[in-house]
Amino acid sequence: MKAEINEQALLKGLANNDSKAVEALYKSHFSMIQHFVINNNGSFDDARDVFQEAMITLYEKVQDDHFTLTCQIKTYLFSICKHLWLKRLQQMGKYSTPLSTEEESVAVDTDIEAFEKKDAAFAIMDRALNSLGEPCKSLLEGYYLNKKGMQELAADFGYTSSDNAKNQKYKCLMRLKKLFFAQYNIGD
Amino acid sequence: MKTMDDIQLLEAIERYLAGEMSASEATQFETIRKNTPEIDQMVVEHSMFLHEMDNYAGRKNFAHLSATTFNNLFEAGEWAPIDEQSTKYKVIQLWTKYRKVTAIAASVGGFIALFTSSLMMYFSPSLNGSQVLQLSKAIEVIKKNQQVQGHILNEVKTKLPENAKLISGGSGFLIDTKGFIITNAHVLKGNGAIVINSVGQEFNASIVYADKASDLALLKIDDADFVQPKSLPYSIRKKATELGEEVYTLGYPRNDNDIVYGKGYLSAQSGFEGDSNAYQIQISANPGYSGAPIFNDNSELIGIINTRQKQAEGVAFAIKSSKIYDLINAAEKEAPKQTNVKFAKAAIHNGDRKKQISNLQHYIFNIRSFN
Repeated sequence: MKAEINEQALLKGLANNDSKAVEALYKSHFSMIQHFVINNNGSFDDARDVFQEAMITLYEKVQDDHFTLTCQIKTYLFSICKHLWLKRLQQMGKYSTPLSTEEESVAVDTDIEAFEKKDAAFAIMDRALNSLGEPCKSLLEGYYLNKKGMQELAADFGYTSSDNAKNQKYKCLMRLKKLFFAQYNIGD
Repeated sequence: MKTMDDIQLLEAIERYLAGEMSASEATQFETIRKNTPEIDQMVVEHSMFLHEMDNYAGRKNFAHLSATTFNNLFEAGEWAPIDEQSTKYKVIQLWTKYRKVTAIAASVGGFIALFTSSLMMYFSPSLNGSQVLQLSKAIEVIKKNQQVQGHILNEVKTKLPENAKLISGGSGFLIDTKGFIITNAHVLKGNGAIVINSVGQEFNASIVYADKASDLALLKIDDADFVQPKSLPYSIRKKATELGEEVYTLGYPRNDNDIVYGKGYLSAQSGFEGDSNAYQIQISANPGYSGAPIFNDNSELIGIINTRQKQAEGVAFAIKSSKIYDLINAAEKEAPKQTNVKFAKAAIHNGDRKKQISNLQHYIFNIRSFN
């Protein structure tokens, strides 16, 4: 019972970007993934990469208020990592024998699918932002990512008034949206 | 003052979506929205965009937090790499590699970017079809071209073998006086090639060596009709080029055999996704420019156009000219008999650009590959 409460607290912390929760998850579960990946043709770096992706998958899952986790965090993370690692091995053409593991795992196909969909959108936004050039990129990141106010941004970027900054932000945003929607398929 | 209205409208939409409007203001806005389909559409679109932006910000921030947490724990010695075969050397190697990653993650939160790029690497490092376009001409275009040019081809007898099918094409340029030509590997999708000079004369050529990884290939004109020039009006730069340097290109992007001039500037020292073998160039590049040389104002050849970014107009990528030397070294090992390139040392021309171009065009060829 106590363990279950702990898990819920961890997930809540994760949802709120609490570094303590993130640290606890790394401490409790990374070694398992490290063993698994290294025993299956991978390196320490591979384990780190795969685990990072699993953490992001879980993070994005708990952002939804209605999320449910039907298994232990450990089992969930392992299942995601196993799935991702298998896929990588196949892409590298290295996969031949079934993966060796003693851990139990659950089906995570839909979560992986959600992750990949978000990954695609993330890549489109990232490319769009990066092809904007400066000052547009930093201006929009300041406003939309770091949630800075127009006055603060005007000061940061040396605009004489927040109206000027607003004007510039508008122009930049129109360019970004054009780039973004050129790649992004609505309703897909 | 239309722009001002647009800015205010967008601001209103953002305030509405963020729930920052008072109840009466929101009701008013909703009425406008209901009666104006364009505005309703804008709200829907912007809401979708902001949602994706939130996802983007969320993932970026979390990826950074997660990577930093991992780094701190790793530095504190939480995990010893357990790889049985690993020697100390390997651990050190991992660590140096990993440090680099940390630095990038800290600066741009680029952990994800690294994942995606490493995933892409499995497909192909330089030929990433989804985000960059290779600039070789499509088969259909050339086919059409053949029809259009039918009568010309009858007058000047083509050197294409009978029944040969054109597969791909692009541009290329001489690197020595004996007829060695550099182009992109992806320009040569067929087994054979002919090259056409700027006045429409065709020459038979053989493919000496092609390296898909660097996307460069070496051709040799094997044709008695080819008159060897005494020298080349350019040299091939070994060192990197300065950011912002003005550059220009000459190539055959069009369906006819007219050479086309384009100018621009060097906009980044690396290519797509930080590829250090390439430059980013601000130039409008069209299909057919693949393999076209890029010159600076000192008549130095500094790069070879090979791709452009799909979503950004005017952004092209060029393989650094130093890679030509690497290719020749590899070719000398692979095909020593066929490769005897003597890089021509050019006198530096600082004349006006028009004169340079009319001179340069004789050394740049339209490449056609066939099966």
